[in-house]
Amino acid sequence: MRLTLPEGRARASLLMAAPWLFFLALILLWELVCRAFALPEYVLPAPSAIVEAFFKVEMSRWFTHLWATLKVALMGFAASILVAIPVAIAMMRSELLSRTLYPLLVVIQSTPVVAVAPLIIVLMGSDDPSRVLITCLLTFFPLVVSTATGINETPEELVELSRSLDAPLRRETWQIRIPYAIPHIFSGLRVAITLAIIGAVVAEFVAAEEGLGYFIQFSTSFFRIPQAFAGLFFLAVVSLLLFKSVQWSQQLFFPWSLPRKGSH
Amino acid sequence: MTEPAPATNRSFVRLSGVGHRYDPDPAVPPAVTGINLDIRRHEFVAVVGPSGCGKSTLLRMVSGLLMPTEGEVSVFGKQVSGPRDDVGIVFQKPTLLPWLTVRKNVLFPLRHKYGRYSRADEKRADELLAMAGLEGFAGKRPDELSGGMQQRVGIVRALLLNPDILLMDEPFSALDAMTREQIGFDLLKIWEENPKTVLFITHSIAEAVLLADRVLVMSKRPGTVLEVLDVDIPRPRTAHTISEPRFGQLTERLRKHIYAPDAA
Repeated sequence: MRLTLPEGRARASLLMAAPWLFFLALILLWELVCRAFALPEYVLPAPSAIVEAFFKVEMSRWFTHLWATLKVALMGFAASILVAIPVAIAMMRSELLSRTLYPLLVVIQSTPVVAVAPLIIVLMGSDDPSRVLITCLLTFFPLVVSTATGINETPEELVELSRSLDAPLRRETWQIRIPYAIPHIFSGLRVAITLAIIGAVVAEFVAAEEGLGYFIQFSTSFFRIPQAFAGLFFLAVVSLLLFKSVQWSQQLFFPWSLPRKGSH
Repeated sequence: MTEPAPATNRSFVRLSGVGHRYDPDPAVPPAVTGINLDIRRHEFVAVVGPSGCGKSTLLRMVSGLLMPTEGEVSVFGKQVSGPRDDVGIVFQKPTLLPWLTVRKNVLFPLRHKYGRYSRADEKRADELLAMAGLEGFAGKRPDELSGGMQQRVGIVRALLLNPDILLMDEPFSALDAMTREQIGFDLLKIWEENPKTVLFITHSIAEAVLLADRVLVMSKRPGTVLEVLDVDIPRPRTAHTISEPRFGQLTERLRKHIYAPDAA
């Protein structure tokens, strides 16, 4: 059977509403299942119980935890950008450097950060710098790879144009290669921002006194499962908003780098 | 094949025994070999030949982007030893920078080479754009222009530094037939108003005869000169030129060379 969509405006609004309706249906189903089978709260709390638990926690407490997580995630994300983009440029410039560094990057990327995190905490103490480092280790690789890919996709003709003008290498980098890499850098940034939240939460699981990750872990250990779920959803919303803000900043500052409307 | 005449003012660009091999293995034939050619100042020379005959290699050697592995290229009696800035290059694709407006794309060589440009340069860019029939498009972005208009911008960009030599690497091959003919006549108009020494590479025999003073026919790999044909059709050339008997005779002769080089 094939679903036939209505035409024109109705079609557009249906397409817009479909994911929300689906989401709403899932939540309703969840609520019904919990009530029908009378599932105990510590197994699976109903959405209504989660909402209730959310409002039981004071707003100021939510913001303390949110700020703690956000601070680490954003600092890790920023540090990652500051390191990854220059490293990608340097690797593009020098084959020796690229050959030397690439295996190390792959090793870092393929080592589970969750396993390294406790060691970093032991080594550097349970403060923000070690949490930022854990976040960095997670976000760094996708950024280097996407930036390097973008830089290498610069059309050969433009590189020739630059060479025929005998322009300094730094202008070739800044006026041609980096702008060409912008769409790729942004796809790396979208991956990195969600990984940054994961990194911050992992770091809080290992050692922390505040933060949303810490809040979830601590609620679980006291069997306040609805409260843990409330923390989880809050975290998901924050993560989604951060992801969206990366998209919005690309639309705002680099509108030319987006595919044109109507051409998928 | 003709031996090069002694250097005179009439030979502006001189290729003496020029060749290039990409692969040092002597069993692999060079891309181009033994090319002798004298181009007069402000002469329009077209190069035709089958795909892979080294036409682009030849053009890159004149621009100084590629060094010959045999023979030498000289411009006005001076050997070409590296990229030279008195050369404007038009590529097969327009390769404009998508984040810059049309005017800024035209001014790009100045900004790229010197880091700045003046009001007078902006005025010149606008004049060149007007000459190429692009008034009113200076503030648009490349993706708002048709393919033919984008390539006009590419030509204007190559003219900005007022180069002595214009190198064109199959500049119209990505355009549809009608746009292609029109832009060819427009190029002639621009060239008649701003005389340049032009080396024009093309797949189209008709285009070569229509535009050029002389047509260089190259053989299959290794690329050598099969014939240099004088196009003795008076200028200005227009759409009527195509229906002249002389035009038919010359294209016919070139076709014989390309399709049956052994019989020629």
